[in-house]
Amino acid sequence: MALEVPENVLVTKLDALASWCRKNSLWPMPFATACCGIELMATGASRHDLARFGAEAMRFSPRQSDLMIVAGRVVMKMLPVLQRIWQQMGEPKWCMSMGACASTGGVFDTYAVVQGIDRFLPVDMYVPGCPPRPEQLLQAVIDLQDKIQREGTVSGREFERREPVRALLQLPILGQTPEMRARR
Amino acid sequence: MSELVKNVTAALTARFDGCTVSEFRGEARVRVPRHHLLPVLQFLQQEQGFDLLVDITCVDYLVYRDATDRFGLVYLLCHTESSQRVTIRVTLNEPDLHVPSATPLWEAANWLEREVYDMFGIEFTGHPDLRRILLPPEFAAFPLRKDYPLQGRGERHNFVPLARDAS
Repeated sequence: MALEVPENVLVTKLDALASWCRKNSLWPMPFATACCGIELMATGASRHDLARFGAEAMRFSPRQSDLMIVAGRVVMKMLPVLQRIWQQMGEPKWCMSMGACASTGGVFDTYAVVQGIDRFLPVDMYVPGCPPRPEQLLQAVIDLQDKIQREGTVSGREFERREPVRALLQLPILGQTPEMRARR
Repeated sequence: MSELVKNVTAALTARFDGCTVSEFRGEARVRVPRHHLLPVLQFLQQEQGFDLLVDITCVDYLVYRDATDRFGLVYLLCHTESSQRVTIRVTLNEPDLHVPSATPLWEAANWLEREVYDMFGIEFTGHPDLRRILLPPEFAAFPLRKDYPLQGRGERHNFVPLARDAS
């Protein structure tokens, strides 16, 4: 029993349609704390032009944005602020960890610097580099769009299993892993 | 050392016993016993015209070669009319890490002393508001002491991770 579909009608899945809408209008929240922030500004400016990928509307209010770009090192005094801003963003939302410092702490292996925001926040996309060039950030935005298109659902099912990647944590603090401390 | 600084240090050593003067690259360094610290600063400010407090800082000599004292507290003063400088040093040892505050003489000492307290744990008696200035108030250690590990004692990871459903 064939169903007659007129020429001007497109058949798709609702999930795919929602993801297509979301991925092409990402509104970044620039959480720029260091030199990565300068590259982030360059990415948004005319030469590299983030607007080509629909992500030019930088909002400094978390309520109005859905992609948090953490650009630069995060110190222990700043992390509660970062978490608060993340919580204030409405769903659906994504987090991008830009540069070596946000992803791992980078060269700042000291008492005050958080060794990777993915210990305390769910991160969707990592951008390597110190700082990454705008091209790398653009590639990350393209990859994130790809990820949203692949995984996205209307109901946000894909967010349910998302957790901090290295949450407290397999990596040792002062040579001791959490299991060693628990055993003691 | 300029004539002015020579005269000042001579007057200083004549008035306060136990002070030793040395010279390094043309600038005078005066080592002062702790009980003379505030009178010496007052003498330099009010009678000798060293009216600008440039900095207060501290050095931990825990692993320093041939060092006999643990902490060296450093006051940098400037004579703004002639731009001559003088360095005042006080040595401190645990457990008695108290010095009189210089806030009655210079308002600028307020935040400088708070920073030294924050990083080294040296207590300035008479300070109006001796709180941490850079680190969060719940921080328990003094991180610029040499016996504090560079990577800390886990303070940087003392946060609650946010899972997706918590946000």
